[in-house]
Amino acid sequence: MTTIFSFKADPPLDLIDYVVGIDSDSWLDTLRRGREVLRDNAQKSAELLLNPLEDGEFLQTHRLAVAAFVAGLHGDTAIYRLYLDLLERSEQEKELSPVIENLSRQGRTLGPYGAYPAGPLSGEELKGSGFEVSDVNVDRSLARALEHAHFLTFHPRDASVQALERLKEAGWTDTGIVTLSQLISFLAFQIRVIHGLSVLRDVGPAAGATLSENPS
Amino acid sequence: MSVTEQTVSKTDTQEPDRFTKAQLDWHPWLEPLEEGNLTEAHYEGLVDRARAKSPYFRLLARDPEILGARTRSDKDIFYNVAGGLPRRERELAATAVSRFNGCIYCASVHARFSERQGGSPEALAALLETGQLPQDTDLKWQLVEEIARRLSETPVGFSHVHIRVLRQAGFEDAEILDLINASSFFNWANRLMLSLGYPTLPSE
Repeated sequence: MTTIFSFKADPPLDLIDYVVGIDSDSWLDTLRRGREVLRDNAQKSAELLLNPLEDGEFLQTHRLAVAAFVAGLHGDTAIYRLYLDLLERSEQEKELSPVIENLSRQGRTLGPYGAYPAGPLSGEELKGSGFEVSDVNVDRSLARALEHAHFLTFHPRDASVQALERLKEAGWTDTGIVTLSQLISFLAFQIRVIHGLSVLRDVGPAAGATLSENPS
Repeated sequence: MSVTEQTVSKTDTQEPDRFTKAQLDWHPWLEPLEEGNLTEAHYEGLVDRARAKSPYFRLLARDPEILGARTRSDKDIFYNVAGGLPRRERELAATAVSRFNGCIYCASVHARFSERQGGSPEALAALLETGQLPQDTDLKWQLVEEIARRLSETPVGFSHVHIRVLRQAGFEDAEILDLINASSFFNWANRLMLSLGYPTLPSE
């Protein structure tokens, strides 16, 4: 990868293709374009959530911090490195990226876990850890957002109205919470698509598919 | 709907304590937009105008652009029948992911969708009840269920072994990509549905 990824690149770069290393007209490009509307809207979602025209109440630096944190919770992957890099390049407040690196390392565990309503599912309850951000370099609204991201990544079935109340106490509005929830939940999708495509890339095309593309 | 009304209505209704194919209701913990206040920008995000009746979509309409991108992704993954995985298997993946993550509401909807597309009612009922398909279930179904689950683990537990097994069982790459997309998408959908409100059994 010689070009550095940017949402503002001209010609525009597709984030998933960039991270997985999919060249135009390669077998994976052809495969992805079989679902072109999805391909376009996965990119559009990333742009809307991570490079918005207007930040609203959710600063772009904080959006990138949440993205780097969530990606980092999934392991030390290419998408994690990319979001950390975008965070470093965007920062108004310095020194957030090493803090996020540290927090995502501390926050790693195995998911999904969580509770169920009392009844036949009680036997399936899995206890796991919560996560608190007390770092003085992280402001209160971002700290609560990162805690929410940890919960939503690893144990979404522990959801409660109290989790949303904690965000509101830190200044998040209903609309801000919707955008934050979309960002964290979208990342769960995007990280998995990138993972799946990367495994396909490593395995290579099915033997039959290669033959039909090279009829000679 | 005021917070007081939500609190009152909660005492009248019962949250399901198990996975079910029954039609459930869903109640938001945050204020959805009022239907009368929706503008064209909101309808653009909702995509289908009928979705304005749903409190879930009117809540997500607070950020209409990302709702629109989410909805168009959803439709291409589950409704685009140009090649790829049969729809009942895409819906099976959605059900399996929802069962694994613990989204009782999402699992109920997509088990019904899979059944409507020709999925086995018995296999789906067993998946909802036990979290597993019966042992005599068709191999392709077993693989879809297993791989949907692997893709939903954090860190993601999907590997090259799964691609090889899928190809050996006769899955084409377009079908494998549909399985990856459908399973990944439900990791998005489940998290919104679980964290922004709660399900109840239909009132008598």
